[in-house]
Amino acid sequence: MAGRISLRRLSGLIRKETLQIIRDPSSIGIAFVLPVCLLVLFGYGVSLDAEHVPIGIVVETPSATAQDLVSSFYQSEFIDPVPYHSMKQAEDAIMHREISGAVWLRSGFASDLLSGRQAPVGVILDGVDANTARIVDGYIMGSWYAWLSRYVREKRAGYLRPAVELRHRIWFNPAVRSRNFLVPGLVAVIMTLTGGMLTALVVAREWERGTMEALISTPVTKGEILLGKIVPYFVLGMAGMVLTVFLAIVVFQVPFRGSFFTLAVSSALFMLTSIFMGLIISIGAGSQFVAGQVAIVVTFLPAFILSGFIFDIGSMPPPVQAITHIIPARHFVSILQSIFLAGDVWPVIFRSWLWLMGLNLIFFLIIMRKFHKRLL
Amino acid sequence: MEILFRIIALTRKELITLLVNKKSRLVLILPPIAQIMVFGYAANFELNQVPVAVYNQDRGSYSRELLAHFDSGTFRLVRNLTSSEEIAPVIENKQALIVVQFGPDFSSDILSGREATLQLIVDGRNSNVALIALNYVQQIVSGFNRELAIQHRRINGGDQGTVLVVRSWFNEMLDSHWFIIPGIVALLTIVITLEVTALSVAKEREAGTFDQLLVSPYSPFEILAGKSIPAILIGLIEATLVILIVVFWFNIPLRGSIFTLYAGLFIFILSAVGIGLMISSISVTQQQGLMGAFFFLVPAVILSGFATPISNMPELVQDLTLLNPMRYVLVIVRGVFLKGAGFDLLWSQFVPMLAIGIVTLVMAALLFRKRMG
Repeated sequence: MAGRISLRRLSGLIRKETLQIIRDPSSIGIAFVLPVCLLVLFGYGVSLDAEHVPIGIVVETPSATAQDLVSSFYQSEFIDPVPYHSMKQAEDAIMHREISGAVWLRSGFASDLLSGRQAPVGVILDGVDANTARIVDGYIMGSWYAWLSRYVREKRAGYLRPAVELRHRIWFNPAVRSRNFLVPGLVAVIMTLTGGMLTALVVAREWERGTMEALISTPVTKGEILLGKIVPYFVLGMAGMVLTVFLAIVVFQVPFRGSFFTLAVSSALFMLTSIFMGLIISIGAGSQFVAGQVAIVVTFLPAFILSGFIFDIGSMPPPVQAITHIIPARHFVSILQSIFLAGDVWPVIFRSWLWLMGLNLIFFLIIMRKFHKRLL
Repeated sequence: MEILFRIIALTRKELITLLVNKKSRLVLILPPIAQIMVFGYAANFELNQVPVAVYNQDRGSYSRELLAHFDSGTFRLVRNLTSSEEIAPVIENKQALIVVQFGPDFSSDILSGREATLQLIVDGRNSNVALIALNYVQQIVSGFNRELAIQHRRINGGDQGTVLVVRSWFNEMLDSHWFIIPGIVALLTIVITLEVTALSVAKEREAGTFDQLLVSPYSPFEILAGKSIPAILIGLIEATLVILIVVFWFNIPLRGSIFTLYAGLFIFILSAVGIGLMISSISVTQQQGLMGAFFFLVPAVILSGFATPISNMPELVQDLTLLNPMRYVLVIVRGVFLKGAGFDLLWSQFVPMLAIGIVTLVMAALLFRKRMG
């Protein structure tokens, strides 16, 4: 770092920056109001658990067997059956997005089943949302299976019974509540925005308003200017982080199985990368306008799509997986999902810490290269 | 006529200020192309190369036969475990997402007609991935059961019984790329539009040029037009670029009419411009403009149905999404791409979006004026 750091000058700069933060309420808004609003909104709003999915049911010829099968759909907590008289009506409803799929019992269903002929059950799914369609397929299969095993028991039709039964256990999140993995991920996405946004404009603003030139004429060093920017926003960002994590645990009841020490170290490392990223944008862009544009592009979408918060990184093509490593949120999401749901899993946490430290180092070097204390 | 000239002059000035700066030009052109390429591959719910560990105590051949059904594209065998103590660390350290466990009697149970069980342990940290993986395995097992039943029948001469015959409309292979990638068109369009509009008034206000504009003979409507038209143009051009990549690079079928698609995108951009200009005219500083942009953009994207369905949200949040223009355009874009839907199916999406656009644009024009005092 250029020159020695004088604590007196540094504290002066920090004081100045803090006053500026207090003066423009939008900084406080970014640090506290934005994270809280977003977490509450998303914590309630974002869910991959499809419940009460409307499914059309068409029974061409009513019979006891058909009624029995239909009742198992009514018993499912995930399906809301909607009766239709003909397949034509049901297909129309799928086109208009009124139902997500339809189950079709042809007129010969019961008699065919009794006389030992093939009695297929038709299912049509709205495949536009492929992920939901697959989940709905699973629900329908579950209800159908429940009916089949009941039928086999009652009619002693052992030949219909499947040979292999699948039993599964889902660890860390036995109720498969998607909120439990989405909320920790949201913390990372939201903190990327906060950290990046807090600092994206601060250096560009000094240049634009000419106050940087005033700073240049003083004996403060480059390192002091940078530290004067980093320290107050780091403190502000971490305070926002504490609030967000607190909400995640208290309001959303996400289990917290790791230690607060690991969480604190990880958060600090991550907050630093976010702030560094904001500073790089601010230094590189030159004007606040361009800095703002860049911040919109590089903070939110990559953290949303490439962090593993919602889309599985292991399933991406290898070149894209390589790109995800330069997104700090990816490592933080990985840490948070483990700390919250599984505990301090050191192999996972160490790997992510190393990446975050590496990114911090790279970002720091870029800042030191790009930031000059001289007139352009 | 004169109004037209004045609007053209304002539009020209606005386009020049947006595009004269080389950095600003790069920010508008490069990221959308890079993002559609990367996100197009990254954003989907398909599972690839899921790491599987196997703990096989069975000495018979059926367990191996069933394992052969785990196809190599979706699953990848990473380890054979030799004791049950190894299961926990393998899952915790994320070496395997799934552990498949066969008991010692698996094959002999099948042979003697008893029910054989297959034990599956899944890492639930990402519950969606866990459910999809579980679903895949369920399908493998039911396929295996059907094969066994056919073999068995060949010996005993039985019947066919009942099966589920599932067909998926619009997206026969249930490929979630088809769902997400058309959505990215809307996603990048709203990002670009906000980028262009959200800071534009605040920037002029900080520089003092907005006051000059207000004291000039321009009416608020003309200033509004001068600010909106460049943003609409840029939004439409970017959208076209992204659509070309979606159709020709990612080969997503475009089954409906281009006219319906563009009508939807145009109204969507209109509403996004209205919101962007509204944010911009409320903000005093560019930092406030940036915060406002995020305050709108992030919820608009996350609560749009882009990645997680709106129908899964609580009623209150669902009602809130009615104010979100992105919610409607996603239905339009996906409807046109995958279903070939026309106005008859989609008009209910056009109307609210148009209403949002008109209201926000009018509000923005009113706010221009009010800020003067």
